[in-house]
Amino acid sequence: MLAWLVFAAMYVLHQDVWFWRAARPLVFGFLPLGLAYHAAYTIAVSLMLAWLVKHRWPSHLD
Amino acid sequence: MLPAVVVFLYLAAVLSIGLVARSTTHRGDAEDYFLAGRSLGPAVFLLSLFGANMTAFSILGASGHAFANGIVTYGLMASSSALIIPLSLFTIGTRLWALGKRHGFMTPVQMFRDRWECGHIGTVIFIVQAILLVPYIVIAVMGGGTTLAAVSNGLVPFWVGGAIVSLVVMGYVFLGGMRGTAWVNTFQTMLFLSFGAIAVAVIGTSMGGFRQAMESMLASPSSAPLLTRERVSPLYFFSYTFIPLSSIAFPHIGIFCLTARRLGHFRKTIVLYPICMIAIWLPSVFLGVIANQAADVPAVAAKIEARATLAAEGATLSAERRDDLRRQASGDDVILKLVEGYAPVWLASLLGAAVMAAVMASDSQILALSTMFTEDVFTFYRGTARFGQAVQVQTGRLFVVLLTVVAYLIALEMPQSIFDLATQYAFAGYSSLAPLLVAALFWRGSTKWGALAVTVWTAAAVAAIAILQSIVPAPSSGAATAVLSVGSLDVITRSAAGTMVLGLLPVVPMTMISALLMIVVSRMTPSSQPGAATLARYFGT
Repeated sequence: MLAWLVFAAMYVLHQDVWFWRAARPLVFGFLPLGLAYHAAYTIAVSLMLAWLVKHRWPSHLD
Repeated sequence: MLPAVVVFLYLAAVLSIGLVARSTTHRGDAEDYFLAGRSLGPAVFLLSLFGANMTAFSILGASGHAFANGIVTYGLMASSSALIIPLSLFTIGTRLWALGKRHGFMTPVQMFRDRWECGHIGTVIFIVQAILLVPYIVIAVMGGGTTLAAVSNGLVPFWVGGAIVSLVVMGYVFLGGMRGTAWVNTFQTMLFLSFGAIAVAVIGTSMGGFRQAMESMLASPSSAPLLTRERVSPLYFFSYTFIPLSSIAFPHIGIFCLTARRLGHFRKTIVLYPICMIAIWLPSVFLGVIANQAADVPAVAAKIEARATLAAEGATLSAERRDDLRRQASGDDVILKLVEGYAPVWLASLLGAAVMAAVMASDSQILALSTMFTEDVFTFYRGTARFGQAVQVQTGRLFVVLLTVVAYLIALEMPQSIFDLATQYAFAGYSSLAPLLVAALFWRGSTKWGALAVTVWTAAAVAAIAILQSIVPAPSSGAATAVLSVGSLDVITRSAAGTMVLGLLPVVPMTMISALLMIVVSRMTPSSQPGAATLARYFGT
């Protein structure tokens, strides 16, 4: 159940309507906000997957 | 001349990989040839699986899309894939691996036949999967011919370039089978991963840093919207999250899942997949966007000018002139032009090899089709039982040759636009087939008739969209035109980007209707559920 909630939260976070029309501030001086957000989001997905792999691994399949 | 030399060296390198892979083949049976003996280690499994998912679009198309549409490209295609693809590997890929190991499956169709106790319905699934896969192979031949002609400044004509690329891909797939394909994919992925960061660093230095270029883009009303997502609707953005569902339903990805030596190899692949995505897509998208400030590169300036003319005068121009301007404004080669304009010749040469790697990404599809043909048709219809495994492997190799020759001949004769369209909707088609895997692995109540309904619906929907788009041309201006309306509601619209259903990409209704059909038809045919022994194999007692 927790895994599904985490997935749902990540899915909602992908649909970032809150930064739809914002380009500023430019992160590191050159990355538009929306692009920087999705780059950070991609790293957050990797962390979420690391949690999933550690705590919800289907070891019964092995 | 140097770029051509580097590209030919690259081609020689991948062919050598195929030769080495053949020399390390131990058993020579079907499992060894088609699945590398289910023995791939964690690094090769990650990089080759990732490479198999990356098409030519990942480097060239992503930059081109970003050049025209801005930063939205990353959210549409990269971050959504970074979430959905590893999760589908976690939930579906691991189960495919376990079933393959336990029951000896080598293709998804073998699993479907066993799971639903069906024969010819599996053949129908095979046919639809194969039809959706072939256009990628044709596109790769065309891309290879075009790239070799471009890097040799026309010295190598299209038909020779296409033939060389076809022979090289056919060579290492023929010789090395899955092992050769996986090693070449690993090599290609390493090339992609290193290219992005180098290109950003070199181009950034040549442009005097990106900060000033970004400020200039923000100051211009024509380019500022490229740095936000205001030109696309949230519904359109949402639609794109359905596209990565196609990944696990592609037969070559499903088959790749069977090649890992241990289940644990999926762990690193799942966790690192998003990191690989960011390493390849962020530079590609960023460079595509920043190319809008590269007006000092003549080829890029010509693209920007063509796009501006289209926007200002599109409605008043003749259809031929509009098509001509669209071709000029196309951003598919914008990253090539950017590198030519700003980077030293050695980097341009490396890029040529990276582009070649991208357009040659059809290897795993060719091998998958060969595996499917030999397992799902040849073996299923008693070929292996009658002639033995050695003949089965030779049949697979023969199929690789035949497929490559046919793809090459088609590439010489037919216009690329047809195949661009086909690949555009193949993703939607495979997303629509994803409910097959979900139902087979997670729903005891699913039946073969539900599977057949999903397959037939997918084929019909893809064909209907292709026919619609060939009958109803894209509108000349940016606005979408209604094709089917109910009252004041536009149900189906046609825009320059394609077809929309209630403001959504067709992939959304296609996938949802597929899932619905699986549920409804399976519930209507409970007597067709497999026997208790079969269900126990998949779900326990």
